[in-house]
Parts: sequence; structure tokens; C-alpha cells
Amino acid sequence: MITKRIIPCLDVRDGRVVKGKNFIGIRDVDDPVTLGRRYNAEGADELVFYDITASSDGRKLFIDVLERVASEIFIPLTVGGGINTVDDFDRVLKSGADKVSVNSGAIRDPSLIGTAAKKYGNQCVVLSMDVKRVDGKFTVFAKGGRENTGIDAIEWARRGYLAGAGELVLNSIDTDGVRGGFDLEMLAAIADVVDIPVIASGGAGKTEDFIELFKTLPRVDAGLAAGIFHSGEVPIADVKKALKAEGISVRL
Amino acid sequence: MIAIVDYGVGNLFSLKASLKALGIAATVTGDRDKIAAADKIILPGVGAFGDAKRNLDERGLTDFVISEARSGKPLLGICLGMQLLSDVSYEYGEHAGLGLIPGKVQPLAEVVKGLKVPAMGWNALKFVKDCPILKYNSDGDYVYYVHSYYVPKGEYTAAYSEYGVNVSGVTWNGNVFGVQFHPEKSGAVGLKILKAFEEL
Repeated sequence: MITKRIIPCLDVRDGRVVKGKNFIGIRDVDDPVTLGRRYNAEGADELVFYDITASSDGRKLFIDVLERVASEIFIPLTVGGGINTVDDFDRVLKSGADKVSVNSGAIRDPSLIGTAAKKYGNQCVVLSMDVKRVDGKFTVFAKGGRENTGIDAIEWARRGYLAGAGELVLNSIDTDGVRGGFDLEMLAAIADVVDIPVIASGGAGKTEDFIELFKTLPRVDAGLAAGIFHSGEVPIADVKKALKAEGISVRL
Repeated sequence: MIAIVDYGVGNLFSLKASLKALGIAATVTGDRDKIAAADKIILPGVGAFGDAKRNLDERGLTDFVISEARSGKPLLGICLGMQLLSDVSYEYGEHAGLGLIPGKVQPLAEVVKGLKVPAMGWNALKFVKDCPILKYNSDGDYVYYVHSYYVPKGEYTAAYSEYGVNVSGVTWNGNVFGVQFHPEKSGAVGLKILKAFEEL
């Protein structure tokens, strides 16, 4: 049976990995290639790279980082950040990405999901959503969580799935960086309306949070985190061992 | 020298990089002379069976790859490339494959009720045969799959994985091998398979 996946996420700005809290107050952490190497050795099932640079210089540095990682680490790589057109897909796929994650770009132009899925296959298109409660409703935010789009998150997930997205990343702005556990309520509401792999993101603070995630929500396929892995507070190998001990299928 | 057949499908960055990391010389080419000059052939592939087969046909590579394989040259098909080695695929209609490894490519969705398709992720390989490209691997090794169609476990299956049904992971007929998963994305386990293929 296909295992549950543990995925570290590397936010890259100007060629360095950084990590923010609630998307604000970004701080410098480490070299992406060094971190990628460490995660591969620790048993990460996949790596996600988000390009959070705005400048074209930063973008060039990001492509360089991606090529260096893809040249020595042979596990699936997902790339996101600044993906607005099919040309952007092309650019990162040629540099070693296996999957491309769209977020604000798909909100601006929803046809991007279908166009890219036809060209590169559904498995290549990841819809990433930043979700926050607004007046008790799960709502999609754009631009790194800064802009309320007013779009209903459950509806947006369903649309993305039907348009051809092959995977869904659900990031809770409410729990991101808080380290109090994943946003199980939001994940449950959305995972039920799609038939593609769902990656939970935002809120993991300890090993038990991953156990709770997979035990409570069997329809969630992967758990993603950043800071707790970067700092070494929660080693990926420990998470996977603990999951296995709980009878959850993982790659060890 | 390994020739990676270039027929306009798929992303070859990781395959090229993984062979390079192993110190294996490889060239990506659709040129028949260059393929003929290589010791071994890899047939990659991502996408739909019908489109891929048409691309091979239009480049005059279908019969050529078949004759190279029949001459005894080791051939490895990866993912869709593995499926292309079969007799027939039922992906959006019915398409003839290269017929180098007997088998039929069928949709996963019809047999795996309640499981997600495409099947995407790491799954354990269960060995059936003592296959030369698995000589450095162990039963239970995890490999990375991404697929919506599959070759059922059968006479030519060397190793399989369970996903609601027994999916052929490695198919094998003489000097022709197929892997449904991506060895170039399966970490150290996948690199061992590429190394063993190169050493044939």
C-alpha cells in the first residue's frame, strides 16, 4: 500500500531558506542544498521548495538552487511560488521539478490548472491553498496569505480537483507557525470533497501532531512542515518511526 | 553508453542527473545511429500511451527499438516506457504496444475502489523472481510510483506492489526490463536499480 508521506517545506528567498511565523517576520535559516541533503538522509519522502522572491535576480538564484538540489537528491521535488503561466511550469520542470504548485496564479487565472494538466499531466499540477476562517467560513487567501479573496475554500478545492489538479496542499493560516497541531477541522472539511492526494500543512509542533493527523483523518496523505524540521527539534526519522509504531504505513 | 530515447515526451532532468551521479555515460537522442551505437537503451515516458506511441511511430523509432531489443541489447522502459513494452493498452481506446514483454495495460480506477487515482507515492516492492536489475535491492524496498494505468501481476512480473490490486512493479522478459515506478525518483533504492541495469 502507498505510504503516508512526511514532507519538509523550504521557503527560499534570494537563494536561502527562510521561515516566517504566520507568514510575517521572515528570518534567515540555512542553505537549501545543505538542508535538502540532510532531509534526504533523514528519510523525507519528498521536498517542497517555495520561491518567495519577488525580484528576477532572486528568481535566477532559485533556479540555480533547484538545479543543484535536483542534481544530487533523487526524491520527488515540488516547486511553487510565482507560478502564473504555463511558461513558469516549463521553466521549473526543465530545472528538475517533478510537480509544480500553483496558488495565487490559479486564483488570478483558474484556467491555468486545466491547461497545465493537459500539457504535463494531472500528476504534475499541485493546487496549493492558503485557508483562513473568516466569519466562521473557510476562505481562500492569496499573495502569501495577505489578501482575502472571498472565495469559499471548499468550493475552490472542488473546482481545482475537477479542473485537473493532481494533488492538493491545504495550508491553514490560522494554525501556521503556532505549533499547536494541524487544523483538523479545516482539513476534514476539504479532504472529503476531492479524490486526489491531500497534503496537510500548517501547525505541526511535535511528533504527536502527525500521529493525530493520520489517525483522525485517513483521507490525508501527507504532512508538511518547515520550522520544526529545519531547527532539528522534530527529526523526520523520529516522526516516521513513531508513525510506524502506531501502525501507520510509512517508508522506513 | 546508455541511449535515453528522446521522442518528445517527459522530463528527463532527473534521469540524466541520476545516471550522471552514478558515473554512467548517457546520451538523450532520437537518432537511430546513436541508439544503435549505444550498449543499452532506456525508454522513458510520461503522459498518455496513445500520444507517446504516436510520437515513437512518427519518429520511426517503434520498429527500430523493437529490432534493437530483439538483437539482444538490454532495454529498460520506465513508467509509461514500461507500459509501452507491453502488447496493448486500454488507455483512452485500444493501442498496440511494442510487444516485447507480454502483458496488457489496464486502468487502475476500474479495480481499486475507494483508492485515489493516480496512485502517487512510495510503495513496497515484493520480489517474485531473482531479476538481475534487482541484484542490489531487497524485498520490501520502497519505490516511488505515479500512475493511473497498470500491468497486472503475471508471468513476466519480477516484482510487484499492492495498491488494491497486485501491480507489476518490475516486468522482465530476457534482455528487456520494465519498471512502473521512477527509479530516478526513488532515492538510493532507485539508483541501485539503474546501476544494476548498467552492469548487465
